[in-house]
Amino acid sequence: MEPVARPVVHLVDVVAVLGGFPALAGASLTVERGEIVLLRGPNGAGKTSLLRLCAGLLAVERGEATVLGCDLAVDRAAVRRRVGLLGHANGLYADLTVGDNVRFWGATVGATEGEIAASMERMGLANRLMDVPVGRLSAGQRRRTALACLVARRAELWLLDEPHAGLDAAGRDELDHTLRAAAAAGATVMVASHELERAGALATRVVEVVGGQVRGAA
Amino acid sequence: MNAWGIARLVAAKDLRVEWRSRILINQVLPFATLVRVMFAFALDNDQTLTRVAPGLVWLATMFSLLVVVQRSFAVETADGALDALQVAGVRATGIFLGKSLALLAQLAVLELVLMGAAVVLYRTEVHAGGVVLLVTTYAAATTGLAFVGTLYGGLAAGAKGRETLLPLLMLPVVAPVLIGATRATEAALGTEGATPSDGWPWIGLLILFAALFGVGGTMAFGSLIDE
Repeated sequence: MEPVARPVVHLVDVVAVLGGFPALAGASLTVERGEIVLLRGPNGAGKTSLLRLCAGLLAVERGEATVLGCDLAVDRAAVRRRVGLLGHANGLYADLTVGDNVRFWGATVGATEGEIAASMERMGLANRLMDVPVGRLSAGQRRRTALACLVARRAELWLLDEPHAGLDAAGRDELDHTLRAAAAAGATVMVASHELERAGALATRVVEVVGGQVRGAA
Repeated sequence: MNAWGIARLVAAKDLRVEWRSRILINQVLPFATLVRVMFAFALDNDQTLTRVAPGLVWLATMFSLLVVVQRSFAVETADGALDALQVAGVRATGIFLGKSLALLAQLAVLELVLMGAAVVLYRTEVHAGGVVLLVTTYAAATTGLAFVGTLYGGLAAGAKGRETLLPLLMLPVVAPVLIGATRATEAALGTEGATPSDGWPWIGLLILFAALFGVGGTMAFGSLIDE
């Protein structure tokens, strides 16, 4: 992992537009390395847009936005290679097995077989589910597979949109354990969630997103 | 990972998806064969069939291409994988080349079966002198079709009504391939007294088409699939 001297995320009065409508309207937020930040707020407040902006998927219209030391207005591609976004979709191939999917995503960053096996082990997928096609999995198992892909990709900044959705109790515990371990190892995590009790207990800081702006941000 | 590494990875993944799902074998090949049989029923004349066989082979290939391209991008968009590839910073050039390679391999299998069916159904004869021209025609035309299919598949992937949009966008564009490949195949098969030397000028058109869309697709694919 490359050393990050500056804040992992540094947004100042950022404005972003999605489909002709303002998705972010002057959002400011600073996130330091190793933090687990919970974004909470009502539907349509801009939580997902904020995550997509940090992932380099949404263009900055106005303001200053730096992620992992890269200016989003200049080089979004550099940011994309170093972040992992898990949104409402899982980004999996239904006809491929769990092992095939994790191997594919790990291979995009040159992960070794050992790293790929470890990421499946960590998410409880190593044995009984490894050779099962993703199309036959439950929603929770698919989510767990998607998280294993994220682990295999060695992302420095994890951007998770409702990560607990569809997971059973064991899967939720595994996810929380994985996120804490990732943060302890130097990764930074931003979670958008409506499950305030669980996600709040996991987070090291909670910020509120309302009307495309961030409140309670340090 | 560089663009060629990504291309190999994406191509292997796409072929593995096909191998696991068997869509080409169980659905596309029967569809293409059915199209051929329907042509035979509609024309119902051996002489006419023999004369138009090269055109029918390529028409059936074009229709099947649409199905294969739709499928190739449906697996990418069904669970947001194309979006995830972008987030992962996977080079768009690699995705384009990889998906083109996988499409090329699937079309090659399809065309081999279609040509075999033409020999049986339409009593087409392949002369030794035309074999080199025939192989070159298939290589050049299939490469061009794979590039166009991937480019327009990517363009339509995020659009509403993509199932109907893709044929509207793609069929006019592949018309030069249909014409060039049909004429070159006629020359290779000696249809209506044509000789292999009549077919080589059409190869130039097919290679130009493939080069144009190969370069264009490599440069434009990232912007097409980007938000």
